[in-house]
Amino acid sequence: MPEPGEGEAGVFMAYFLQQLINGIALGSIYGLIAIGYTMVYGIIGMINFAHGDIFMVGAFIALIAFLAVLSIGITMIPLALLIVLVVAMLLTAVWGWTVERVAYRPLRESFRLAPLITAIGMSIVLQNFIQVSQGARVKPLQPVITGGFEFFKQGDFTVIISNIQILIVATTLVLMGVFWLIISRTALGRAQRACEQDRLMASLSGVDVDRTISLTFVIGAALAAVAGLLYLLYYGVIDFYIGFIVGIKAFTAAVFGGIGSLPGAMLGGLVIGLIETFWSAYFTIEYKDVAAFSMLAIVLIFFPTGLLGRPEVEKV
Amino acid sequence: MAEPGTSFGQGLKSALTDSLLAGIIAFALFSLVLGLRTVDNVTGLTLRPRPMLLLVAVGIVFFGRLLLNLFVWQAEHPLTTPFAKLFRRDPFDKRDVVVLGATALLAVAGFILAALLDAPAYELIGVAVLVFIGLGLLRRAVVHMFPNLPWGRIFVVGGILFALFFPLTTFGLEKAFHLGLPLRYWFDLAILVLTYVMLGWGLNIVVGLAGLLDLGYVAFYAVGAYTFALLATHFGLGFWLCLPIAGFAAALWGVILGFPVLRLRGDYLAIVTLAFGEIVRIILLNWTEVTNGPNGISSIPKPTFFGLPFAPFAGGTTFSQFFGIKYDPLQGIIFLYYVILALAFLTNLVTLRLRRLPIGRAWEAMREDEIACRSLGINTTITKLTAFATGAMFGGLAGSFFATRQGFISPESFTFIESAIILAIVVLGGMGSQLGVAIAAVVMVGGFEALRHTEGLQSFFGAGFDPALYRMLLFGIAMVGIMVWRPRGIIASRSPSIVLDKTRAVAPELVEQGRA
Repeated sequence: MPEPGEGEAGVFMAYFLQQLINGIALGSIYGLIAIGYTMVYGIIGMINFAHGDIFMVGAFIALIAFLAVLSIGITMIPLALLIVLVVAMLLTAVWGWTVERVAYRPLRESFRLAPLITAIGMSIVLQNFIQVSQGARVKPLQPVITGGFEFFKQGDFTVIISNIQILIVATTLVLMGVFWLIISRTALGRAQRACEQDRLMASLSGVDVDRTISLTFVIGAALAAVAGLLYLLYYGVIDFYIGFIVGIKAFTAAVFGGIGSLPGAMLGGLVIGLIETFWSAYFTIEYKDVAAFSMLAIVLIFFPTGLLGRPEVEKV
Repeated sequence: MAEPGTSFGQGLKSALTDSLLAGIIAFALFSLVLGLRTVDNVTGLTLRPRPMLLLVAVGIVFFGRLLLNLFVWQAEHPLTTPFAKLFRRDPFDKRDVVVLGATALLAVAGFILAALLDAPAYELIGVAVLVFIGLGLLRRAVVHMFPNLPWGRIFVVGGILFALFFPLTTFGLEKAFHLGLPLRYWFDLAILVLTYVMLGWGLNIVVGLAGLLDLGYVAFYAVGAYTFALLATHFGLGFWLCLPIAGFAAALWGVILGFPVLRLRGDYLAIVTLAFGEIVRIILLNWTEVTNGPNGISSIPKPTFFGLPFAPFAGGTTFSQFFGIKYDPLQGIIFLYYVILALAFLTNLVTLRLRRLPIGRAWEAMREDEIACRSLGINTTITKLTAFATGAMFGGLAGSFFATRQGFISPESFTFIESAIILAIVVLGGMGSQLGVAIAAVVMVGGFEALRHTEGLQSFFGAGFDPALYRMLLFGIAMVGIMVWRPRGIIASRSPSIVLDKTRAVAPELVEQGRA
């Protein structure tokens, strides 16, 4: 990594711009995961601690599906990736549904901490299940999507937007759009918003609350699977432990944007991605997680409602 | 299945549909992650199919669910009732006797068959079933004969007596009769269990009494351990001098970390404390000049008995020389056992006394309702900070004990999973119940350890089976399972510390709704 600010201001700007691009790509992935956190928190008021690990399972499913698709002779990369995307979204959605059905639904009427404990348990189960079934070693994948655009050249420093970064941002934008339509235009979206406001009242007006909550988990898991696939393509290496740290950062993003708010999740994801990238670029890379965690604490303490969230009313 | 004819057919049909669905879902879940294994090759990753494993997994889900549907969930007389009755007080009917008798007979037959075929794994299963039924019957018999004994108290006193005399008695027996008991292993395990009991009790102050969910408790454990380790290796201070310092340092950190999170509640608090725990670990890992980073700190001294070290010979008088007895490495371990036992008792004693002080009452009031608590004039800031500080102090004491026992510490020992284990002990034990926490610690750590030594399982699953790999998986499953089964913990009835008029029984419905 070149030291910034060595020569003229132009190189400094170029370096800054490159980090900005990297940060936006990373932030898009965080944003996709953050949506899962924010939806679940909005609708049942719990932190789905296992969501980070759902993302990890999604990445593994994507990896295996990709290898399987290659091995049956489909070598056209866009087609292969499309198949992988669909398969990963479907199967990860089943994982999300199962986790909710097994660990959270029986505790719906229980005291507040109970689902959080099972969520931690589920997170442990998912991590160790993948570790046992796929091995503890990191899984590398050769770069699938290579190349990029020379965006801008300054001295001997070139700002590059790689194709994978474009793919990440484009996929995220498209999914966000689709998702936004689902929430604001469809019956499911209405049911979700109704459950978010008042679950009892929603069920009295004929909304199937259990089904709505299940679908929320399914959608969240499918988006996490997309994030898993993009993460796999971007970094080219995954292991069974990635869900923990990435999950916490995505949760930070959800809180930062205002939990329960979808644009907030995306915005929060971008901010966290940028903070992490700039911290690694300008300060110490060892402490980049500390930066993200401190950010979480600072945000929660000083802006508990986040950027776009509503204040939570305390009632006795 | 008392209803004859058509209703059974209908039951079978719905059970089959349900199980088939479950099987399909299981297939979707496992198809890729279990059915295909990624393998590292020279050329990159390749896949190795494992159809048999996938088939077995899906089969287990399908048939397991089918059997459960037929005989437990949809059955009129669930097969599990007789077994549950072993641990209740209502009388057996004929059906229960038949089921239990048949099970016992099957177990005996299985045991004999396994003995003939020389299959120790199946012998083990037979014995386990018989022991289970036997224990249940014994318990029923005892409860039947003495219905009004104060079981809780008997359990507590028995447990304390056992904890007090266990090492000395076994040590004496071993020395007198040379039984060849694996004492070293027993004592190490007992020390481990007691460490977790102490940590559980310490966290219980924060989570169980004050109702503040702390997912970063291991940070205080780490602070205590590193405080002692650094003081001992840099300044040559002894364990007993450092113990209060470590406790104080941890309490200080409790206040420092507690301050920013005063305004947070519930899940938010949990996540921020988790973040703090991770920050502490990352700093320990990367601040190499002080903490020696991932290599950790080694050669941490052992505690002394009023200045007498446990060693064959030392610069001054050793413990064995002073008392004129033969040196035995077990002496030091027994001493460590009593140190942690004393520390654990101290934790418990302080907690029990604090609960009767205004501050303890304020903790419990805050747990039940923070706003009501504030409107009654209780300073929630002070109340929260003291809870954090007290809990952290005990974590720190346990941490410095951990450092002195291991003789070596590194950031590896203070990961999030450790916090999760301690929290699981507190929650599964029934939050706020001291006895429950102790039982949960014994069950958790003991069960965890038992998985390490299961030669029986190896003969069951083949020689390549390494149970240690599955420990965390089973731990997670147990955490989810117990929570779903008994959301209020193993010891579900938490008696309030203070009641008006007279003690009243708390209705189970209220407990379930979280109002009691």
